[in-house]
Amino acid sequence: MGKVILEVNRLQKFFEISRNQTLQAVNDVSFQISQGETFGLVGESGCGKSTIGRTILGLYDKTAGEVLYDGKDIHALKENEKFQLHRKMQMIFQDPYASLNPRSTVQEIISEPMEVHHIYRHKHEIKERVYHLLEEVGLQREHANRYPHEFSGGQRQRIGIARALALEPDFIIADEPISALDVSVQAQIVNLLKEIQREKGLTFLFIAHDLSMVKQISDRIGVMYLGNLVELTQAEALYERPLHPYTKALLSAIPIPDPVVEEKRERIILQGELPSPISPPSGCVFRTRCPRAMNICEQQKPPFQEIEPGHYVACHLYH
Amino acid sequence: METLLEVRDLHVTFSTYGGTVKAVRGVYFHLNKGETLAIVGESGCGKSVTSQAIMRLIPEPPGKITKGEVIFKGKDLASYTEKQMRAIRGVDISMIFQDPMTALNPTLTIGTQLMEGLREHQAVSGEEAKIKALEMMHLVGIPNPKERLKQYPHHFSGGMRQRIVIAMALICEPELLIADEPTTALDVTIQAQILELFGHIQATTGVSIILITHDLGVVAKIADRIAVMYAGKIIETGTKHDIFYDAQHPYTKGLLNSVPRLDLKEERLTPIDGTPPDLFSPPRGCPFTPRCPLAMEVCGKVYPVTTERSRSHHVDCWLQDERAQQLLARTANQ
Ligand SMILES: Nc1ncnc2c1ncn2[C@@H]1O[C@H](COP(=O)(O)OP(=O)(O)OP(=O)(O)O)[C@@H](O)[C@H]1O
Ligand SMILES: Nc1ncnc2c1ncn2[C@@H]1O[C@H](COP(=O)(O)OP(=O)(O)OP(=O)(O)O)[C@@H](O)[C@H]1O
Ligand code: SF4
Ligand code: SF4
Ligand SMILES: [Mg+2]
Ligand SMILES: [Mg+2]
Repeated sequence: MGKVILEVNRLQKFFEISRNQTLQAVNDVSFQISQGETFGLVGESGCGKSTIGRTILGLYDKTAGEVLYDGKDIHALKENEKFQLHRKMQMIFQDPYASLNPRSTVQEIISEPMEVHHIYRHKHEIKERVYHLLEEVGLQREHANRYPHEFSGGQRQRIGIARALALEPDFIIADEPISALDVSVQAQIVNLLKEIQREKGLTFLFIAHDLSMVKQISDRIGVMYLGNLVELTQAEALYERPLHPYTKALLSAIPIPDPVVEEKRERIILQGELPSPISPPSGCVFRTRCPRAMNICEQQKPPFQEIEPGHYVACHLYH
Repeated sequence: METLLEVRDLHVTFSTYGGTVKAVRGVYFHLNKGETLAIVGESGCGKSVTSQAIMRLIPEPPGKITKGEVIFKGKDLASYTEKQMRAIRGVDISMIFQDPMTALNPTLTIGTQLMEGLREHQAVSGEEAKIKALEMMHLVGIPNPKERLKQYPHHFSGGMRQRIVIAMALICEPELLIADEPTTALDVTIQAQILELFGHIQATTGVSIILITHDLGVVAKIADRIAVMYAGKIIETGTKHDIFYDAQHPYTKGLLNSVPRLDLKEERLTPIDGTPPDLFSPPRGCPFTPRCPLAMEVCGKVYPVTTERSRSHHVDCWLQDERAQQLLARTANQ
């Protein structure tokens, strides 16, 4: 694994939703991503995954903490530095339908970032590059003159990926890139992303709620709950030795497509509902649903600490 | 085992300005009393349309049931009038959908909505309806039912709303519950609660369930039998064991191989190449032909005959035909 390329330190992102209400979308999150690594971020709807992605890209201001890319604080960059940074960092979105302009041809969609950044001097160079990119993502050069609506969901996601690769980025944030796709097509896209990652040595932040898919593609995984990172470790270790009670429940809730295995599995059914990020519980945010909650959990927020080498957990059971 | 529902040769089309969509193209399946049948398949293959056709909820026009029988307890619902169907819906057969919000009226309390369904179909007093509503709230696991009855849908979380929708569907004690992707919009930990609830409901009420889903994990957990659908056809049916451990159709196999498993270390996923066909002009023969690694000449021309692998296990694939086996053996020897 290469050197640390992205450093997120005690990042906070709060939204003021009215004069006296603050929504704590991301609260005190820290992690690092090394060059060439795929880092998966999982958690249930509304836990703050996309907000982290957007704050890293500088699309949102931070409330507190810092995001360092290649050692530079991305929220302190000047306009032209930001512009340069966006060449290196690209994003792939969930909805291949909404993220592609329906009135542009595939050619126009993929070449737009190259034109904005004045990468090539000649039109034909751009055209060649688009053809090359299309082939790279498993499409054909003939597709260049067509419009997004002429493609299936999986093909549109390939177009989105080609566009993200156009500027030869170092770092890609993929926010639920496969959730809108069919099961059999999801595997195509995951394999494609893996291949591209390996060939180009790209660094990936892969955001998703489907832990079985995330495990497939990630080197390390961070698990979020209500704006907090609660556990972080190697992909395999997370499945084999989950430590945080929320991770355990989350893993046990995912049904495995094998009836015999499924019958024998022990299941932790969490009681209750997800609390609101506007008034999160005191102490440990998971305590209202945690089967192991103790007195201290209500009074003190558990620190996010390294319990074993490379394995971080925020839970009082381990301190 | 007693058959509760049998669907025979069902065809449904939609006329759109782009042409006629052949959404369901000759579907056969049956459901036994007290069992859970899962209909699985990818987006657009016709799962929802099939269930809407059973309930006669296809919007007409643009939709039309062009052919087929839906035998429910010996009677063909396909020949029922709208008035007759109204006496069936919500009483004998209930349906729940993916998005619980569309099933609930935001301007009425949960209690009113629960009791409304009951009072519409049964001559019960207000007091009796209330007792029944409380009983249902209890069945689906909603705490403090008395207070909760007075609240509006927006006071409930997504998981709670789906519980309420399930309570509404069950209040007239139907014999058949059709659940169309009931947990797809929910988080996994909430999905686990709802799946648990389905098991509990079936054990307490004996209701038969048709579960529509694309999640094979969910199927592995709660189905008894499975019907695999592709491009408007049911291409393989069998018990849960038949399908998960003895799948015969190349599409079923491909689908099973393409889902990642949390409990296994997999270097690479095995996707199915290509995409499902469009239903404006479905291929003449087996619709899986363009994606099938084993396709033969006959496949693209003639739809395969249904072969009975065992009494419970049926497959629509030419590979099951002896003549194809011989052909394969011959090509393998070459
Ligand atoms: N621009 C915004 N203004 C106000 N609140 C926001 C904004 N963006 C996100 N939020 C809130 O912040 C929380 C985290 O949202 P976020 O989109 O990051 O979640 P997520 O983990 O990506 O969820 P999902 O899996 O549903 O995409 C949610 O409660 C959301 O409603
Ligand atoms: N009202 C309608 N008008 C036109 N076409 C329709 C209509 N309803 C369904 N269809 C078409 O019928 C086909 C089958 O749709 P259906 O909703 O049954 O798919 P599905 O298997 O339930 O998919 P999903 O998993 O996405 O819910 C699709 O091609 C769809 O576009
Ligand atoms: S800190 Fe307490 S409440 Fe939080 S996860 Fe650990 S045991 Fe549960
Ligand atoms: S009938 Fe032919 S194309 Fe269809 S699944 Fe069988 S082998 Fe493949
Ligand atoms: Mg998101
Ligand atoms: Mg559907």
